[in-house]
Amino acid sequence: MSFDAPSRTVPPGVLQGLPDGPLAQSQEADAHHAIWELLEAVTDPEIPVVNLREMGILRAVRFGAQGLEVVITPTYSGCPAMGQMEDDVANALSQAGVAARVVTQLAPAWSTDWMTPEGRDKLRAYGIAPPVKSACAAAAGAQVVSFANRKFAGRGLAPQETVACPQCGSDNTTEISHFGSTACKALYRCLKCMEPFDYFKPY
Amino acid sequence: MTTKTTSAAPGRPQQANAPLGGSEPHAVGSVGAYYLHLADNALILGQRNAEWCGHGPILEEDLALANNSLDLIGQARLLYQHVATIRKDGKSSEDLLAYFRDVPDFKNYTLLELPHGTALLPTSRGDRDYAVTMARNFLYSALMVQVWGALAASTDAQLAAIAAKSLKEVQYHLRHAHDWVLRLGDGTDASHARMQAAFDYLMPFTQEFWTTSAMETAAVKTGAGVDVTAFKTEWEAMVSDTLQAATLKVPASSGFVTTGKHGVHSEHLGFVLAEMQSLARAHPEAVW
Repeated sequence: MSFDAPSRTVPPGVLQGLPDGPLAQSQEADAHHAIWELLEAVTDPEIPVVNLREMGILRAVRFGAQGLEVVITPTYSGCPAMGQMEDDVANALSQAGVAARVVTQLAPAWSTDWMTPEGRDKLRAYGIAPPVKSACAAAAGAQVVSFANRKFAGRGLAPQETVACPQCGSDNTTEISHFGSTACKALYRCLKCMEPFDYFKPY
Repeated sequence: MTTKTTSAAPGRPQQANAPLGGSEPHAVGSVGAYYLHLADNALILGQRNAEWCGHGPILEEDLALANNSLDLIGQARLLYQHVATIRKDGKSSEDLLAYFRDVPDFKNYTLLELPHGTALLPTSRGDRDYAVTMARNFLYSALMVQVWGALAASTDAQLAAIAAKSLKEVQYHLRHAHDWVLRLGDGTDASHARMQAAFDYLMPFTQEFWTTSAMETAAVKTGAGVDVTAFKTEWEAMVSDTLQAATLKVPASSGFVTTGKHGVHSEHLGFVLAEMQSLARAHPEAVW
């Protein structure tokens, strides 16, 4: 399994000397494309096999009143990696000679539903079980909570999911702890291959 | 949080002397005080739960409480940043609001500043009782799933965005605390007794949820805030169903009404702030 960084070929000249004012449509489309390409190389500081687009953190590249803006959205409120991600995006842009602002936008709230399919595959290959069901379904209390009274389904208790082991693929797994090595992960154990693993929680 | 300030003069920043809490109603009004109430709730409980870091009963719970604190302090930061933005006075910042306000300026519920263990608990040994921690997290999270859920429709778009994020986090906190209430309540005789004692001790403090205050009334009027008393029935149902399932008795919540959200606190908050604020106050210009 290899994780080649996506091509970083930015069409020469596209990003240099962008005017402050509105761009011509074709010019804007080119620059837009080039910046998304450029930011393919910016990975999650905690999970270096996925980039910010695959995580759903990189939301938009837009040309606002104050010039170029790259919009990112925070994951967990207290995630210590967010500051690093913002710096990494800013560095990638400045290294490419692009003058842009990094804007953090809270709404709509980030959701693990925004993770791309290839991002999920990369997580699994890295040994982290990706979130298995949509956060919306989880919020609706579609499943029964472990230890919990069924009456609470849909009353704010996050349900427990069936999570497949990223090592052997077995569904015969059990949660060791809701809270794992980072805010976004829970700790699980596979009862078939007996390996412990991280599970990226639906959010 | 960094402790960057904008003080021009060297040494102690002048902002540190300015009142920043609800004693300054003209600057942000009662709605601003309401935001501080939400932020202080999250910060103080986050600071309290972080006391378990390195002391958890088992490794997984140590991690769980550290994660819980991280979420709560993150929520507090977003809310303080929002208050600083609203004030537009160039003097407020998340750090000044967290580190340079004193006890009467804090608007958190008294429930959240209480220590994890107290001599008032016949079953408590040492200064941290996990039953108290879980009972409190349960009582607070059961309220906040309702509050954040409703605030996600706040007329203040930024508060609505913060609420939508916080809701996702508090659902995990509720599930975690709820599971422990069941496990300890419906566990051994010893764990049952400690869980019951924790609820007996904490329940009267929840009365504060249902009293009104000027800042809450004002925030409800503008559409930015929500009327917490509207969640009383649902909250009581969740508490009583859970305690029943945990073979615990629902203690009477009456007795007295605490006044933390009015800035009148127990003797415990000063000690929480002393620990939390000492570094920032000793080195006001310090950055990582």
